[in-house]
Amino acid sequence: MQIKRRNFFKLAAVGAGSVVISPRPTRAERKKAGDSFACLVDTSRCIGCRKCEQACNEINNLPEPARRFDDLTVFDSARRPDARRFTVVNRYHSGRIDDAGLLVADYVKIQCMHCLDPSCASACVTGALSKHDNGAVHYDVSKCIGCRYCMMACPFEIPAYEYHNPLTPRVMKCNFCEEQFTRQHKAPACATICPTEAITFGKRTTLLQLAKKRLAKYPARYEQHIYGEHEAGGTAWLYLARVPFKKLGFLTLPSNPLPRLSELIQHSLFSYLWSPALLFALLGGIMYRNRAKNDSGEGHKQSGGVS
Amino acid sequence: MSVSGEHNPAPLRQPLWTPGVIVMLFFMAIGAVAVAARFMFGIGAVANLSNARPWGLWVAIDVATGVALAAGGFTTAALTHIFGRHQYKSVVRPALLTAMLGYTFVVLGLLVDIGRSWAIWKPIFNWNTNSVLFEVAMCVMVYLSVLYIEFLPVVVEGYSGKVSLPRRAARLNGVVEQLLSTADRWLGKTLWVFIIAGVVLSCMHQSSLGSLLLIAPTKLHPLWYTPILPLLFLVSAIAVGYPMVIFEATLASCSLQTDDEMAVLAPLAKITYYLLGLYFTLKGGDMLWRGTWRYLLDGTAQSNAFIVELLCGVIVPWYILRSPQRRQSRRYLFIAATMVVAGVVINRVNVFIIGFTPPLTHETYSPAIGEIAITCGLIAALMFLYRILVTHLPILSPRRKEMLK
Repeated sequence: MQIKRRNFFKLAAVGAGSVVISPRPTRAERKKAGDSFACLVDTSRCIGCRKCEQACNEINNLPEPARRFDDLTVFDSARRPDARRFTVVNRYHSGRIDDAGLLVADYVKIQCMHCLDPSCASACVTGALSKHDNGAVHYDVSKCIGCRYCMMACPFEIPAYEYHNPLTPRVMKCNFCEEQFTRQHKAPACATICPTEAITFGKRTTLLQLAKKRLAKYPARYEQHIYGEHEAGGTAWLYLARVPFKKLGFLTLPSNPLPRLSELIQHSLFSYLWSPALLFALLGGIMYRNRAKNDSGEGHKQSGGVS
Repeated sequence: MSVSGEHNPAPLRQPLWTPGVIVMLFFMAIGAVAVAARFMFGIGAVANLSNARPWGLWVAIDVATGVALAAGGFTTAALTHIFGRHQYKSVVRPALLTAMLGYTFVVLGLLVDIGRSWAIWKPIFNWNTNSVLFEVAMCVMVYLSVLYIEFLPVVVEGYSGKVSLPRRAARLNGVVEQLLSTADRWLGKTLWVFIIAGVVLSCMHQSSLGSLLLIAPTKLHPLWYTPILPLLFLVSAIAVGYPMVIFEATLASCSLQTDDEMAVLAPLAKITYYLLGLYFTLKGGDMLWRGTWRYLLDGTAQSNAFIVELLCGVIVPWYILRSPQRRQSRRYLFIAATMVVAGVVINRVNVFIIGFTPPLTHETYSPAIGEIAITCGLIAALMFLYRILVTHLPILSPRRKEMLK
């Protein structure tokens, strides 16, 4: 009987294999053709003024922070975005020194990366999280059940949760100020307020060209890498930096979209429910054969159905 | 000893309020207090969950382990009804009851764990077919209904012709009898559909529980992160099905004076021996193939947990069950079965808690008192319901000499 089960898996493996050979275009690949919005953060321009944090707090009506936005001592410890702040700026000392030989800090703003092929949206049970064509990873609270699988899935550990709300907690993360650019044709609040133009808002293809131009024009100023161009299949938020990204708290990520494996397994096994149907038929056949055998052999015993 | 086909499930009709039951009630009361706190002040008030560690004890134990340990329901049903080994009939009902209660408590555990419990129905209307959890949710929902239907014949057998509702409701007796006999007739023809569906649905979501973390390759430790994790979850669930039956049957025969089922349990142990071998081959082969053996002796919490999981849950019980003599020994059988069950618990905890290492925050997690209280309360409630149902419904076979009295 175990052989039958194993046969089933062989079949399933063949099915999965045939899908590997001819993969469907991923969401990232399809989206690359289109032109969605993005932001380019040039960390070499960031001075750590925290104005972006303040603008984000105001536009999203987030609660007053424990320490004021002009308090720069917050940089003494690394912070993460959470349910009360969608973006934070952290300070890093990578060992870089200026002309006078003094240690110089690098500042890095973090927020939702708005991935091209977001793990959170792939994971979300109800599709409460979804990637919009305009580039934003959108959260629709009306569909959310609060399973927090998005938080498990996100490689950037961005979605935060209102753990102290007993009945209607929300997943909290940067929403790309989507309303701003869809309704008012304005850049996100953080990009608008940035005094050093460290954050540039625009179409992703344009921003990638701009980033490459900067890398080519000032090769000594930049690490020759655009973080987010390929990471996790590409993100809408792109970064430039003076030092290796690893030293600025960035993760080294594979360039294929992270949801690809689980989606491949799900779709190759369960599209049109072919494998459950096959297993059902197989087991039905075995059951029928065994019952027929039983009825003829010891029919007096098991004639009364299966219960 | 019970011989094949001769088992006689009957209500146990034993006094319910034993000291053990009082202890269960105590745990249930503490759990209830924690549940009340969770729904008044939020998950954060009772749990150590954070933004980096959004899943903890509740998902690892109540959901993942609960589903795995309820696998006995579908493995015994498959063995007896589909593969026609009717000699195992006596373990089908207790396993079915365990599965039914197990899944019920998976759902109750989920209601505590998810932030918007009242929205638990939303996946029915909002489909995301990319989501592994969506498939798990749908399967668990359908399978729970299937389990209730599969359990109906036991209710019919227990109450058919004996319905006597108290006082006012007494005039409904006839209606209920009618319903029971209709269910009986209808089920006699259709139950096979539900039995097969139960096996199919189980294979689907038991494996998909393993796919859950495939979306987080940077977070799950390489000792566990493998593309065949769903297959490992499925095989381990199938392998733990019979040990769970042995574990429960032994406990029941000790504490509830039920029939001794060694004649059935020993062959189940033999099947388990092969399944453990298959599981170990898959797991070991995968480790060699991906080269993750190099993490084995690095002394981290993860590698130690992996070694404990493999030794306790697979290698030692496999060795115990290897010898036919030991398979005939009630003590060895119980020890091996308990180790396999514990091994699956450790495995699920390892995958969802210990092996889950978010690389940005490096945050660690240990369950809060409130989380433990709720999980223990749920398990106690499950055992309590099991006790009530076997007392009143024909599920276990009372010991022969008692029946002679």
